Amino acid sequence: MNDTLATFVRVDLVPLFAAGAAALSCALVGNFLVLRRESMLGDAISHAVLPGIVAAFLVADTRAGWPMFVGAAAAGIIAVLLVELVRRLGRVESGAAMGVVFPVMFAAGVVLMERAAARHVDLDASCVLYGQLETLTWDLTPDMLRAPLSSEALGRVPIEFWMLLGSLALVSAVVVLGFKELRVASFDPQLATSLGFSSRLISHALAVLVAVVTVASFKAVGSILVVAMLVCPAATARLITDRLEVQLWLSVVVSIVTAGGAYALGAFGAPAVGLPGSVNIAGSMALFAGALLAVAAVASPTHGVLARHARRRALATRVSEEDLVGTLYRAEELGTPVLAMDTLAQLMGGTDRATGAVRRAVAAGIAAREARGVTLTDAGREFGAGIIRTHRLWETYLVERAGLRADHVHDPAEVLEHARTEAGDRIDPPSTGPLDPHGHPIPDGSP
Amino acid sequence: MTLPAPNPAWADLLDALTLQRGYTATVVTLGTTALGIAGGIVGTFALLRKRALMADTLAHASLPGVAGAFMIATALGASGKSLAVLLPGAAISGVLGVLLVHMLTRTGRIRPDAAMAVVLSVTFGLGVVLLSVIQKSSSGQQAGLSTFIYGQTAAMSRTDVLVIACAAAVAAVVIGLILKELTYASFDRSHARVSGIPVGGIDLTLMALVVLVTVVALQAVGLVLAVAILVIPPVTARLWTNRLRRMLALSALFGALGGYTGAVASAVFERLPAGSVIVLASGGLLAISLIAAPNRGVVGAAWRSARLRHGMARDHALRALYELADRSGGPWVSIHELAEHRGASPRSTRWITRVLSLTGYVQRNAGRARLTPRGEADAKRITRNHRLWEQYLLTFADVAPTHVDVSADHAEHALGTDIVAHLERALADRGALPDRLPDHTELEGAGA
Repeated sequence: MNDTLATFVRVDLVPLFAAGAAALSCALVGNFLVLRRESMLGDAISHAVLPGIVAAFLVADTRAGWPMFVGAAAAGIIAVLLVELVRRLGRVESGAAMGVVFPVMFAAGVVLMERAAARHVDLDASCVLYGQLETLTWDLTPDMLRAPLSSEALGRVPIEFWMLLGSLALVSAVVVLGFKELRVASFDPQLATSLGFSSRLISHALAVLVAVVTVASFKAVGSILVVAMLVCPAATARLITDRLEVQLWLSVVVSIVTAGGAYALGAFGAPAVGLPGSVNIAGSMALFAGALLAVAAVASPTHGVLARHARRRALATRVSEEDLVGTLYRAEELGTPVLAMDTLAQLMGGTDRATGAVRRAVAAGIAAREARGVTLTDAGREFGAGIIRTHRLWETYLVERAGLRADHVHDPAEVLEHARTEAGDRIDPPSTGPLDPHGHPIPDGSP
Repeated sequence: MTLPAPNPAWADLLDALTLQRGYTATVVTLGTTALGIAGGIVGTFALLRKRALMADTLAHASLPGVAGAFMIATALGASGKSLAVLLPGAAISGVLGVLLVHMLTRTGRIRPDAAMAVVLSVTFGLGVVLLSVIQKSSSGQQAGLSTFIYGQTAAMSRTDVLVIACAAAVAAVVIGLILKELTYASFDRSHARVSGIPVGGIDLTLMALVVLVTVVALQAVGLVLAVAILVIPPVTARLWTNRLRRMLALSALFGALGGYTGAVASAVFERLPAGSVIVLASGGLLAISLIAAPNRGVVGAAWRSARLRHGMARDHALRALYELADRSGGPWVSIHELAEHRGASPRSTRWITRVLSLTGYVQRNAGRARLTPRGEADAKRITRNHRLWEQYLLTFADVAPTHVDVSADHAEHALGTDIVAHLERALADRGALPDRLPDHTELEGAGA
């Protein structure tokens, strides 16, 4: 084994996997926090567990192991109950109730920590806030490096790593086994309760899970940055898909990419760009997760800004084209088959809109340019008949069924005519014959 | 657990309370008190506009600004640790964070809670990375920066206190000037808009004040706890009153008390971090209010619901006695029979008849009970109300006959004399008055 590899195994291997396990377990729980609109509960609990951890630490006098998890889970539950109490009694929104509860509990934790320091117990404040992933080294002798899977070698893996693996196993088990319950309780708490599993119980179980992954991840990412790991992957996945199963898998991928990418950038990338030594890796993970979210927010094919913009543009283009054809059709009805460009611009609300629509309509063969202006082709006339039919059927419906006055129905119909679904065609013919409320004929044919 | 500084003399405590424990302690106490007032005033409206947690996001998002301002100032050769550099940096990046939340929310796919959590943690991550870069590149110089995370009240200087006092004064004056508009915009935005109030401008002003108080609080309590300065006092005040002006005054008072108590405690007990103690003091006031506030407190609520439960049990027992006596012909009813009729336990029935006999409504004798004239008058009134309401539900509300008894059980206690008269008239008009309606003649001293 060469030196570079040996250094990697000693210094980077465990932190890398620890980062991955932390990111993964947070992301799995985070999906349900985001769905339930309780993302800030992650922030609140991750702060509120501090007194539980320190108290357990002071009582049991040990840094690792079950007391810390029990203390944290208890503090998490207490925090959730207190938030409910403050919200109910104070009649304030749950955000404000969280803003009350978690600072008080965190402050209690800080004061307790000072007490611990007074008893010469080492519990570092900065570690709690932003983690010390870099210290999770695997202290192997050269002998052990040759047999890294021997029990001696594995015995030297930091205890925090095993805690992370344990919490990952727990979270995966809960998500896989309780998927149905979690899903129903997240989307429809009332339904969950009426189906016989208490949504209240599930929300408390979720709080415990958040507390557990927070504590397990403390060493890796710290109490504030754990929020990024809880929320970012799930939010990124939600920007891409509408299906919960897909969202879960995507968030898993995103969290692994985040851990790996951030570790690479923080540990190896920073020296490469001339920074002396590595930068804080927990911070890099939060940044990386934020960057992935930003990319998804901009470029996601379903909900990204660019895709939405493109869809809006396509819709605007279609609407302007239909407006052009509709305008020409009405003009023809009134005996003016050719409309001059400036008249069109006036009728369609703008020269740019009109010229663009004419260019596209001519290219599509539904309108033709003539010496004095623009006219409909045969195909365009048929198309226009469909649009005007939909428009006038909607006007009829709005007057006869929805009880609007005849002089109030043009504008809504102008909007509805573009949403040409079956609904438009299912409107009953007017009781007054084939005329709309303004006395115009309703063209035949399908919209 | 013993306190870190063993048993400070009472004189110490008194000195600290009366601001006679040296210059630094006095300065710190004044500063945190002013901060509490500012937080209480601005926080009231942040709470009403449901922006409470925005302060948390803002505080966390200020860290990269602090680090960035330090780096820029150091690169330009200036002292990076001066507050004149750091606080504007904090404010700018805090505001950018809030804007980012709005942008994320506008994608329509990320809800406000997730947007706040994302911005809060990612910007804090950026701050942590920048701090670690500063730490690596300039040894030891960043020491002053990490105090922004936990706050460093004890190191407050006279200038800091002046800054805080100015911020508090600005907040109080601005809120005072736009109080009416703020109230409108907080309770009824659409009405405010049609009344010609620039709602957007008012929102921006409030946001600016939140930024101001948060940035000032960073120095004192740190960015993790800054949100507490803005949220705890108004929530505490909300427990005591429903009137906005009173809430505003109480919130400022609670903020001041929290700041004052916290600073005094940390001056007396060394080693207690002042920022945390201030938050704990405010939390203590909140805990007291949660228990003792007359309308919203746990004790008050429990008392009111116990009174209501007792009143209902009393009414039910009286009506049951009346109905049973009416059915059997004789006035004496056995407690056992009474319990069975009401579907209650013999024990609670014995208890309620004892209470009723003590107040002179019931006479008891050897496991039996009868109504006194006074009790009978009241029982008639209750039974009459019950049957009227039952009949009303049957006649006017289309409730099935099997369901009216329970519904009537709930409503009968809330029927005032006006409503009873109205019921009677309405039922008489329909010719639907119940057959067996007890006469009710108001006796001297019969219950209300």
